[in-house]
Amino acid sequence: MEFINDHLLSLILFLPTIAALIMLFLPSGETKLLRWFAFATSLIPFVLTLVLWNNFDPNATGFQFEEKYVWYEAINSSFHLGVDGISLSMVLLTTFLTPLAILASFSVTDRVKPYMMLFLFLETGMLGVFMALDLLIFFVFWEIGLVPMYFLINQWGSANRDYASLKFMIYTMGGSLGLLLAVQMLGVLFGTYDLLALYERWNSLTADSVLLGMSVGTVKTIAFWAFAIAFAVKVPLWPFHTWLPDAHTEAPTAGSMILAGVLLKLGAYGFIRLVLPLYPLEAKIFAGVLAVLAVGAIVFGAFGSFGQTDFKRLVAYSSVNHMGFVVLGIAAAGLAAGTADAHIAMSGAVLQMFNHGLSAAGMFFLVGVIYERTHTRNLNDFGGLFPLVPIYGGILIFTSMASLGLPGLNGFVSEFMVVRGAYPVLTIYTVIAMLGLLFTGAYILKGIKSVLHGPMNEHWAHGEHKLTEINTRELFVIVPLMALMLILGIWPAWLLEVINKAVVALF
Amino acid sequence: MNFPILSVITFLPFIAGVIILMMPAARKNETRAVALATATIDLLLSGWVYLQYLLGDMTGYQFLEQYNWLPQLGITLFFGVDGMSAPLVLLTGIVMFTGVLISWGDDDPHVMSGIQDRPREFFAFLFLLAGGVFGVFVSLDLFMLFFFYEIAVFPMYLLIAIWGWVKTREYAAMKLTLYLFIGSVVALVGALAMYWVQYQNTGVLSFNMLDMETAGFSTAFQNLWFLPVFLGFAVLGGIWPFHNWSPDGHVAAPTAVSMFHAGVLMKLGAFAALRVGVMLLPEGAKTWAPLIMGFAGVAVVYGAYIAFVQTDLKYMIGFSSVSHMGLVVLGVSTLNETGLVGAGVQMFSHGVMTALFFAVTGMIYDRAHTRMIPELGGMAKIMPFAAIGFIIGGLVSMGMPGFSGFVAEFPIFMGVWREQWLVAVISSISIVITAAYIMMNIRKVFFSPLPENLEGHVGDVTVLDKVAIVTLCLFMIAIGLFPSVMVPMVSTGVENIMRLLGGA
Amino acid sequence: MFTPITFASILPEILILALGLLILIFEPFWKEDQRRNAGWLTAGGLLVTMIVSLLFGRPGEPTATLGGMIRFDWLGFFLKMLFMFAGAATALLLMDHEKAGKRGEAYLLLLASLLGMNLMAVSSDLVMLYLAIETASIPLYILSGFLLNDERSTEAGFKYLLFGTVASTVMLYGFSLVYGFSGTTDLVEIAAMFTSSNLSPLLGFGVLVLILVGLGFKVSAVPFHFWAPDVYQGAPTPVAGYLSTASKAAGFAVVLRLFFIAFPDFSEVWMPILALLAAISMTVGNLLALPQTNIKRLLAFSSISHAGYALIGVVAFSELGATSVVFYLAAYIATNLLAFGIVMAFSRITGLEEITDYAGLSRRNPLLALMMLAAFLSLAGMPPFGGFVAKVFVFAAGVEANFVWLVIVGILNSIIGVYYYLNVLKYVYLYRMPGEDEEQHPVPLTRPYTIALVMLVVGVVLIGTVFAPWFGWSSDGVFVLFN
Repeated sequence: MEFINDHLLSLILFLPTIAALIMLFLPSGETKLLRWFAFATSLIPFVLTLVLWNNFDPNATGFQFEEKYVWYEAINSSFHLGVDGISLSMVLLTTFLTPLAILASFSVTDRVKPYMMLFLFLETGMLGVFMALDLLIFFVFWEIGLVPMYFLINQWGSANRDYASLKFMIYTMGGSLGLLLAVQMLGVLFGTYDLLALYERWNSLTADSVLLGMSVGTVKTIAFWAFAIAFAVKVPLWPFHTWLPDAHTEAPTAGSMILAGVLLKLGAYGFIRLVLPLYPLEAKIFAGVLAVLAVGAIVFGAFGSFGQTDFKRLVAYSSVNHMGFVVLGIAAAGLAAGTADAHIAMSGAVLQMFNHGLSAAGMFFLVGVIYERTHTRNLNDFGGLFPLVPIYGGILIFTSMASLGLPGLNGFVSEFMVVRGAYPVLTIYTVIAMLGLLFTGAYILKGIKSVLHGPMNEHWAHGEHKLTEINTRELFVIVPLMALMLILGIWPAWLLEVINKAVVALF
Repeated sequence: MNFPILSVITFLPFIAGVIILMMPAARKNETRAVALATATIDLLLSGWVYLQYLLGDMTGYQFLEQYNWLPQLGITLFFGVDGMSAPLVLLTGIVMFTGVLISWGDDDPHVMSGIQDRPREFFAFLFLLAGGVFGVFVSLDLFMLFFFYEIAVFPMYLLIAIWGWVKTREYAAMKLTLYLFIGSVVALVGALAMYWVQYQNTGVLSFNMLDMETAGFSTAFQNLWFLPVFLGFAVLGGIWPFHNWSPDGHVAAPTAVSMFHAGVLMKLGAFAALRVGVMLLPEGAKTWAPLIMGFAGVAVVYGAYIAFVQTDLKYMIGFSSVSHMGLVVLGVSTLNETGLVGAGVQMFSHGVMTALFFAVTGMIYDRAHTRMIPELGGMAKIMPFAAIGFIIGGLVSMGMPGFSGFVAEFPIFMGVWREQWLVAVISSISIVITAAYIMMNIRKVFFSPLPENLEGHVGDVTVLDKVAIVTLCLFMIAIGLFPSVMVPMVSTGVENIMRLLGGA
Repeated sequence: MFTPITFASILPEILILALGLLILIFEPFWKEDQRRNAGWLTAGGLLVTMIVSLLFGRPGEPTATLGGMIRFDWLGFFLKMLFMFAGAATALLLMDHEKAGKRGEAYLLLLASLLGMNLMAVSSDLVMLYLAIETASIPLYILSGFLLNDERSTEAGFKYLLFGTVASTVMLYGFSLVYGFSGTTDLVEIAAMFTSSNLSPLLGFGVLVLILVGLGFKVSAVPFHFWAPDVYQGAPTPVAGYLSTASKAAGFAVVLRLFFIAFPDFSEVWMPILALLAAISMTVGNLLALPQTNIKRLLAFSSISHAGYALIGVVAFSELGATSVVFYLAAYIATNLLAFGIVMAFSRITGLEEITDYAGLSRRNPLLALMMLAAFLSLAGMPPFGGFVAKVFVFAAGVEANFVWLVIVGILNSIIGVYYYLNVLKYVYLYRMPGEDEEQHPVPLTRPYTIALVMLVVGVVLIGTVFAPWFGWSSDGVFVLFN
């Protein structure tokens, strides 16, 4: 027990990898065994995360469960892990969604073993980013996560997967190039990669000191943008978002769930963990720019979504729209750092990340459910399916409403908080964003209408194409998600408290 | 230290080569078995040296052996390894072992992979090469370094010309030999000049490099001779603009030779340039470092770009080697601790990675009889093992964190930041280019549909091939995840270099 | 006057003479098909001579014997050993020569020439020197034209004779001028008299040029090289090998003694001349070797260029320089004899001498191919063969003496060399016979060849790896030149 407590984070982090390595030696023909093994092992990190949550002291400031090991002494980088309220909620989201995604992938029949292994590797990659307290380790996991995702899209995706996966790879790699350079620059300047040390040293620099032959201000501005662009690509912010609809659309269902549910959060998390603490001044100066991009994402995401005829693309663009709110909150927090508004906006942003993780994962899953049965995602091919699949229809409406931000469900709480926090400082942007929200309602309703209502497409009613109801396994995937959506809508305090304490401590 | 382990490592391949030559030509499998046994012993011994160094106190030169060879001129057979060379000795052991494994091949008349024509001569020449390479890495005597250096160069000609790719082998082999020979003799003149100036300064005739470090060469002398010596060796390291021989050589060479060529021979150049050029002429190095850095920067980006547009798999790897060896030289040219550590690790990392690349390419070519990327496809289904190996190699090549490439490239860039941030920014473009072509090619070669003309008569790799792939992958992952299995060691070697750079 | 040391100083020569007599006596009694045994006798006899000389004829302190005609020192001794080794190997290679091998005179002439060379190595008097040179040369004129029915051979003999006599006449004229200016024929005394204070550099230049014509001819340096390719091609192959090695080495022995002992005062004059000769020899030899299609002509031009490399050591005019020359000669003798031996062994079976005819040799006789590899790589200057170390030493001497430009010329040339040597190996290893039925056309080696070639290969590798003893002997030898 002692061991588990002391190494809780490492355990959560590496158990999926170990499981994947064990899978390497399982027979590849036994698909059933492989599936259940992957599912079972992915539950362990979740259980451990609950332990973590239980042992976490929200009132303590700073990072908890810290672990530090020698890693790369020559450049003063150590394997330093730790969580605070913000990362803890993200870890919870990740370990919660992964088993569900794996359960959702039970319908994959082609090369189950590598598929499941990649998923487990992916989990490690994502968790590492959330837990890292060392800039280099952060970057390591940031990049590692790309590889399994690339192969998941490239190998198990749909028709246009080659194009989509390469676009995904190049965009993110290109984005992280600036990050890489900036990370190197920081390492060179300060001789350490430890985040805690960096926070301190970076901000204790006086304005007139000279680095690399440039003034501090210039260096910081360059580094700020290098970081910001890398994360903006990942979030994705308008206009860096074009990889996302392609990647989401072509990815396999579970891939989309994780992509939208967790991977996009990495970008936002980067803003919160690195950009704001390291560049408070620049964040203030450029908050307007960020806000413009965020609003752009909200509005264009909504418009884009409304214009789609492909169900999955519609959901994909909705992610752009929703993640815009996260960044809006971050921009507001950066601008108003230290005030209550900032705390509200930031807490809202983090909560929005969590919520979007749930609803986007749910939405993509539901799209996947219907796609597996009909092999089409074209909204015009559906219509009036509610009578055929009432349970599915109900779930779809429920999830859509959560996504829409219906009061009583989770989305409402977080979006409200973001808007509440941002309004005093970024009034005009917030107002425009509210207009965007209007269109959110429009496209979601359009989606529901096209699928469930209207004249029934007789094609799906009879014969070999007869649409079947959602099955038990799929229910097991979606019900936990719905439950959480509801709980967070009604009683968000349990999560919000943890987040808020960390936010207040940080900003 | 009683057991002369470095001598054994170095001379064992020579002895084995002679034994192999004496075996009857028809006994192919026995020949291969002897070759494999030798390679295994050498791998184990070099691994032992590595471990001893790593687990010991990691200071200075160890496993020293010194025998008078020509006292009149101060030539000694002086062997020893430090943190810089020990990984390279291990690398040579690895490449030798895996090279033999994949050359064993499959003599099924439908497959005919590996080396089936005159394996006896092949292994004998290969071992001559291997012995020369070991010799360079462990020599602390400048004369012996040259001696082994040349031994390592000329078997390449035969290996490429005889067992190479029919279309270009004669041209490529000759081009390679001439380039390398020119480079080495130019460096030789510089070395002789150093030898005599040392004699004038100290009154001692000695080729001992440890003595030469303290010979007190004047700055003017160093500035004059640094470039010839450094570039002369760096030709073998594939430095731009003298890299031209390298991709041609890679393409024409048989698989195991490509592995040796890219895996260790190019390191030989970079290593010798470092040990003789930078360590003995530190002031000259400081003077010329910006130029070298410029060359390396061009090599990094240009190599990556040219690799990007290749349609021949081997040319692609060949140019990517130019790019990656450019990184090594870039690291060296920073002349600071971080950059040099990176260069040291990159030498090892690139060696293993590119050996793996060539091994897999060879396996594909032996079976599909084409290396043109557009003509290939679907290999992942036929040879999944090779596909995984290639992908891991690709990730290392891209500098993906978690693999040795990242551990190596990161400090190199850090070192460059310290000297000239613009170069760091420009050369980092290569990372994206590399990622793009690696991914595109993996997708095309391994995952696109299998072309019809290949269907049916392309089979999986042999067990020995798999062993080779696993061996190579293990090292890349181990170093990527636990840099401390190599980096502290390289750091001690770098400290020594920094001492010379600082004290000169 | 005739003390034991006198006999010791010419012990090898006495034994060689005895050996010649033995052959003369036995040869008429042997039947036609036994006459090749004269080869065994020659080689064995020379071996015995070497052993006996090593046991009883080693020099101590350098002394002058026979009235100052001969110097009894390590330089001469070591060179003699090399010559006799070369002679023994040549005798073995001659044995299975179709036309020359069964004729006793061939061995006799070989021994006579060897006698002359041995004396060349030790002469310390102009008269003795000239006599020695002629003793060495005349039998070689005959040997070159030994194959009377062969036009090329006859031509070779005649050409060699004509050029040789002209060159030696010019040299003799130079000798006489030296005598005229200095009043003595003893090399040591010449050094004392023939100084720049007594003689204008211009006159010294003239005299040296005259002498150089003769010596340049012996070592086949450009521009006195014209005879070499034709003679090598026409002469029986073992003789060509002998010409290109022992004869050339003997020429260098004279160059060393003459210039280092007799004309040190004019080093300012002859160093540039020799440097120029070296540069031209290397360059011309190598460039002309490039287009050759006949292997013997290729080796001829290559031997011209090797004379150039060795001259770098002479030009350095230092102890290391002289040592490196002797070392170079040792390595070169073994290497080039090996090369010619292989050519001989090959053409004996096939009757072919074009480079293209060597295609597929590695499959016809892997051992022979491997030996050829050793020989040609050694010529190209690659380790672990003798040629590499020898070249490095010569270059080192050049750099030491600040002749960096000459070393660079040498380096550029060795690059050209690598090209054409490897080109030959390409035929041996890469190409195949027309019809690809090498197994049907083996190239067997007879016993004398096997013995000779293996001996030479071992020599080449030993010189290239364990070079300390060879270097030691060379440097012991040249010690006398400077003290």
